Amino acid sequence: MKSFFPVVTVVAAVLLIWIIAVVPMNMHLTADQAQRDGLAVSPDTPIARQDFSGLGLAVRNSHLIPLTYVNVRPRLPSPHQIAIELYDTVIDKKITSKRSLVYHGWVTLAPTLLGFAIGTLLGIMLAVGIVFSRVMDRSVMPWAIVSQTIPILALAPMIIVVMGAAGIQGILPKAVIAAYLSFFPVVVGMVKGLRSPEGMQLDLLRTYHSSNSQGFWKLRLPASTPYLFASLKIGISASLIGTIVAELPTGAKAGFGARMLVGDQYGQPILSWAALFAAAITAAALVGIIGMIERGTLRQMGMKPA
Amino acid sequence: MYERPKLQSLTPSTTPTQDADGLSPLVIRASNLDLTFQTNDGPVHALKDVNLEVNKGDFVSFIGPSGCGKTTFLRCIAGLETPTSGALSVNGMTPDDARRARAYGYVFQAAGLYPWRTIGGNIRLPLEIMGFSKAEMGERIKRVLNLVDLEGFEKKFPWQLSGGMQQRASIARALAFDADILLMDEPFGALDEIVRDHLNEQLLQLWARTEKTIAFVTHSIPEAVYLSTKIVVMSPRPGRISDVIESSLPRDRPLSIRDSAEFIAIANRVRDGLHAGHGQG
Amino acid sequence: MIYIVLGFAFWAAGWVLNVRLANGPSGDVRSVRIAIPLIFGLTILVVWEFFVLGFEINPVFLPRPSDIMIRMSQELPRLWADFVQTIIKGALTGYIIGGLAAFGVAILADRSEFLTRGVLPVGSFMAALPIVGIAPIFVKWFGSDWESKAAVVAVMVFFPILVNAVAGLRDTTAMQRDLMRTYGAGYWPTLFKLRLPAARPFIFNGLKIATTLALIGAIVAEFFGSPTVGMGFRISTSFGQLALDMVWAEIVVAALAGSACYGLVTLLERWMTFWHPSNR
Repeated sequence: MKSFFPVVTVVAAVLLIWIIAVVPMNMHLTADQAQRDGLAVSPDTPIARQDFSGLGLAVRNSHLIPLTYVNVRPRLPSPHQIAIELYDTVIDKKITSKRSLVYHGWVTLAPTLLGFAIGTLLGIMLAVGIVFSRVMDRSVMPWAIVSQTIPILALAPMIIVVMGAAGIQGILPKAVIAAYLSFFPVVVGMVKGLRSPEGMQLDLLRTYHSSNSQGFWKLRLPASTPYLFASLKIGISASLIGTIVAELPTGAKAGFGARMLVGDQYGQPILSWAALFAAAITAAALVGIIGMIERGTLRQMGMKPA
Repeated sequence: MYERPKLQSLTPSTTPTQDADGLSPLVIRASNLDLTFQTNDGPVHALKDVNLEVNKGDFVSFIGPSGCGKTTFLRCIAGLETPTSGALSVNGMTPDDARRARAYGYVFQAAGLYPWRTIGGNIRLPLEIMGFSKAEMGERIKRVLNLVDLEGFEKKFPWQLSGGMQQRASIARALAFDADILLMDEPFGALDEIVRDHLNEQLLQLWARTEKTIAFVTHSIPEAVYLSTKIVVMSPRPGRISDVIESSLPRDRPLSIRDSAEFIAIANRVRDGLHAGHGQG
Repeated sequence: MIYIVLGFAFWAAGWVLNVRLANGPSGDVRSVRIAIPLIFGLTILVVWEFFVLGFEINPVFLPRPSDIMIRMSQELPRLWADFVQTIIKGALTGYIIGGLAAFGVAILADRSEFLTRGVLPVGSFMAALPIVGIAPIFVKWFGSDWESKAAVVAVMVFFPILVNAVAGLRDTTAMQRDLMRTYGAGYWPTLFKLRLPAARPFIFNGLKIATTLALIGAIVAEFFGSPTVGMGFRISTSFGQLALDMVWAEIVVAALAGSACYGLVTLLERWMTFWHPSNR
C-alpha cells in the first residue's frame, strides 16, 4: 500500500518524540529516588531542584538519564515499560487470573458487544420505521439528531448505579449504555442510507410496479450498506468508550476502566497506561474487524465504501 | 508520472522573435516538440514532432479526435506540462517563464468559478494574486464584464448564473489582467447550440477589439472554421499535426458566412485531414 | 392508577395529534415541522411524570420532570458556576487549543504529500480510541483544576479536526489548482485563496464533531478529580448523596449546552459555507 511508508514514518516520529519526552517528564522523580538510593544528584535538595525544569536537571545529571526509563512510578512511562507490562499481563498470566488484562478485557468487551448488537438491531428497526412512517420521521428523527449533540457519555456511571440500586447488575447495565451509545449513530446513518438511492432508481422500480417492501429489500437495503458500516464503526467505538466510562467512578472491580482507576489509586501508573493501551488496541481491533467485514461484504455486492 | 528534463528555449531574450520578413512577431513557436507520458499501462506518446508557428494577432484552432494531443499541446504552451524533447517558446521565453510573467489567460472546459466568491470576486482573483491596486481592480472588473456582456452581475454568485453566463465570466476572468495571449480549451463544449453560436460571435468581436492572440481547442469543425485564421488539424496515436490550414475567410465574418462555399471548402479540407488521421490511428 | 391511565391517554392524544399534523395538508410548513418533535418531546415528559406517579417509582431512581424543574430553579447559581467551570473554562479552552493545534499540524502536513498520507490514517486511528482514559493521567500532570480538563478536551478534539482539515485541504480539483498555476501563484496565495475556502465544509464537519467530544471530555474528566465545582463533579457527588434530581438537573444543563454549542457552530457553518450545495 502506498500509505505504508508515510504511516510508518509518522508513527516512528511520534514514538521518537515520546521516548525523548520521557527524560524531562520523569527527571524530578528519578532525581528524588536516586538521592534516596545514595547516588550523587545536583542540586542535592528537593527544594533546590524545584527551581529547575526537567530538562535543566537532565542536563546537570546526565548519569541519571537512563534511570528515567526504568522508574517504577513514572509520570511518563517509557514505551518499553508499557510493552513489558502488556506482555506480562496478557501473555504471561493465566486468563482466569484477576491480574490478566485478557480477563479484564473480556469483562469490558462482553457488555460492549452485547450492547452494540442490541443497539444496532433496534437502530435499524427504528430507521426502517422512520423511513416508512411520516409521523415517526417528523417526531423522532429530530430528536435522534439532537441526541448526538448531547454528552450522553456523562450519564453512563449514573445508569449503572440506578440499575444497580434496582437490583440489576453484572453485564446488563453496561450493555444498556453500550446499546444506547451505538443506537443513535446507527439510526442516523441507516436513515441516510435507506434514503440514499437517487430519484432515478426509485422511479425505475415504480415503472416495474414494485411494492414498497420489494423496493426495500431490492434497492434501499443494499444501497444503505456502506452507510450502515460507517455507522457501525462509530457505534462500536462509542460502545466501547461508554462501557469503559461506565466502569470508572463506580468502584467497579474489573474491566479496562476499573484497571485504569486501580493503577491510578494504588500508585502504579504503568498499570493504568497498560490498561489504556490495551483498551486502545481493542478499539482498533474492533473497528478493524468491522472494516474487514465491510470490505468483504461490499466486494461481494460490488459496491464501494461510503 | 513522467520525466521532466530541462527544456531549451529558442532565443533567451524577452522580446518577441520576428519571422523572416520582419512582419507580425512570433508569439508561439514549437519545434520538433515531443511529449511522452509514462503511465501505469506503459508509455503514451501524446505529442510527436510538433512544429508550429503562431503570429501575433492570430486566432488558431486546434481540432482533432480525443487523444490527438490538442489539449496537451495547449497545456505545454501554458507551462502546465513539460515536453520530453524539442523546443517551445512563448513570447520568446520558455513557457514556464511566460507563465510566471503572466503572459496568457487560460479558459478551461468548465468555468471553474469559485462558489464562495461573487462573479466580481472571481474576476478579482488573478488581479489580487498579481498585486493590482484596489482602484485598478475595480476598473478592470467593470471593463471585462462589459466586454462579455455581463454588466450588473458583479455581485451575483456563480450558481445563480446559467452555464453560458458562467463560461462568459470565466472568459472575463482570463481577460482581466491584459495578457496578450488567450488559451482556451473547449470552452463552449458543454453549452447548447444557440448559446454556442452567440458566444462564438461575441468571441470574434472581442478578438477584433482586443487584438489578442488566441489559441482555441475544439471538437467542432464549424466552430474551428468560423473562428480561426489558422486551423491546426491533429490526429492521435501518436498525437501529431496532420494539416495546418491558413483560412482565406475575411477577418470580419457574420454567422451567415457558414453557408458560403468558401467556408464549406475549408470545412471539407478539415474533415479530410481528420479522416486521414483517423485512418492511420 | 388514574395517573397511569392519564399517562396512556396523553400518549395516545399526542400521537394522534402528530399523525394528523404530519400527514395533513400543512405537513411541510416550517412551523409544523418544528411543532411535531416538540409535541413528541412534551408528550414524553408528561407521560414520564404520570408514570412515575402512577407506578409509584421511588424518586431516588427516577425523579419526576417537575421535581427536576423545581430543583433547577432552586439551584441556578450553583448550576451556573458548574457551567462556567466545566464548559467555559474546561471545554471551551480545550476546544480552542486543540482546534488551533490541529489546524497548525494540518497546514504543516499539507506541505508534503508524504506527510499527508501518513497523518490521515494515523489521525483517523487515534480518533477512534478511548482518549477519555487519558483523564486520570492528565489530572496527575496538570492538577485537578480546569487546566487538566482543558488538556483532555484538547487531545480529544485534536484528531477529528486534524483529519477533517487535512481531507479538506486536499479536496480541490486538478483544474482549480491548474488555474492558480496559470496565474503564477505560489503555495501561500493558493492556500489562502483556494484551498482554505474549499476546505471549510470539511473543517466545519470536524468542528461539529468536536463540540460534542469537548463536552463529554470536560465532564467525564471531572469524574477523576475536580475542585468543588463543575458539572462532572456535581454529578458524581449528587450521586453519592442520592440526589438524583440534581444529577438530572446537571444533565439538562449539559443537554442544553450541547445543543446550543452544536447549533452555534452550525449557524457559523451556514454563514461561512453558504456556497456549498448542501446549504443552498
